[in-house]
Amino acid sequence: MSGAVSQSGAFEELAMPLFDQLYNFAHWMTQNREEAEDLVQETYTKALNGFSSFKLGTNFRAWMYRILRNTFLTSRTGLRATSTVPLDAEEGRADLAVENETPETILISRSSSRLLESAIADLPVHFREILLLCEVEEMSYQEIAETLSIPVGTVMSRLSRARRALRDGLTLQLQKR
Amino acid sequence: MLCESWKEKLDTYLDGELSEAEMRTFDAHVRSCSSCSADALGRVQMKRNLQSVGKRFAPSAEFRKRMQRSIAPKAKSSLSPGWLFATTALAFVVAGLLTSTYVGARSSRNHVFSEIADLHVETLASSSPVDVVSTDRHTVKPWFQGRIPFAFNLPEIQNTGFTLLGGRMTYLDQAPGAHLIYDVRKHHISVLVFQERLLPADLGENSVSPKNQPFTLETWNRGGLRYFAIGDASPSDIDGLVKLFKEQ
Repeated sequence: MSGAVSQSGAFEELAMPLFDQLYNFAHWMTQNREEAEDLVQETYTKALNGFSSFKLGTNFRAWMYRILRNTFLTSRTGLRATSTVPLDAEEGRADLAVENETPETILISRSSSRLLESAIADLPVHFREILLLCEVEEMSYQEIAETLSIPVGTVMSRLSRARRALRDGLTLQLQKR
Repeated sequence: MLCESWKEKLDTYLDGELSEAEMRTFDAHVRSCSSCSADALGRVQMKRNLQSVGKRFAPSAEFRKRMQRSIAPKAKSSLSPGWLFATTALAFVVAGLLTSTYVGARSSRNHVFSEIADLHVETLASSSPVDVVSTDRHTVKPWFQGRIPFAFNLPEIQNTGFTLLGGRMTYLDQAPGAHLIYDVRKHHISVLVFQERLLPADLGENSVSPKNQPFTLETWNRGGLRYFAIGDASPSDIDGLVKLFKEQ
């Protein structure tokens, strides 16, 4: 067996178990099935071509997510999504007052997953991605830091702002009803 | 400690990211404080909802098959046993050679050069090749601030025959960088800039022609940044632009 074939086999073994979750993440980022497929396809092609530069023993999952994210951010949809929202615009904003009926309690009582779905989709892309990596992919802060190429301290502050933005979004949608 | 101070760390606690000692202190507090335990319960419920809603998209079976086909190792050829033996022996020799540092480094260099050629072609084929459209270097350079983690200078090109068309952000093996496009005698030249330390190969100072591509590529290092100039313009035009970058 040639080196290229064995390398391709090793890549397939590592990469295919991540296929479903990468696709899910891509769909949340692009919000479109065709674009998500293109993004995943491009991610796998780039990862396979660059597999020789991947250091065995380091975090393969974070590496794949990083490629997918970088590919998305330089795509037209990604640039459009990030060009309008300043990343740290909400820095220093005060928390909303805690009320008896919070978005969480309302969600529990109404089990309204559609509301939550649209609140996630409405989040700016940098908030959406960090929330999904933490809550859906259950990545540690360290792993998120590697994926997004940011320090752990930034992960914590951005995650906190993302959660606040989600709560605000839900509150707004609940008020509209 | 007031509950508000605990609540600031509630999410970090629920993410399991506090230190062991802090986790123990937090456990004890949440058990004894009705306000914090109610808040924690609400947030746990939100985490569960997020997890279930967040996993809603699944790839189609057809797409999965397509992907598997595209990354699976290619099928072997139907050679006779004699040829198979000879081919295997040859493969061992080639594999042995490939493990040598020299070939490894060269292969890594070639990989970078072919990625650069791909970025150039892909950008020119795009319907919107640049995200910042301007001939003014004082407009193009600031556009990259905050988008890439380094700064670089653009040369003065007035009366040189070169025109700056604009720029876009790009990535090379996950390293973020700047992609600038220049025009000279109706030919386009891409100039790409990355941080040297993030690139996978020691590239040196080179002028090469990427395999099977009608391009000239020049690369050089200045102040920790790696520059590439690539295009189908004449080698002397590309060299002229490179000199302007080097002389600034």
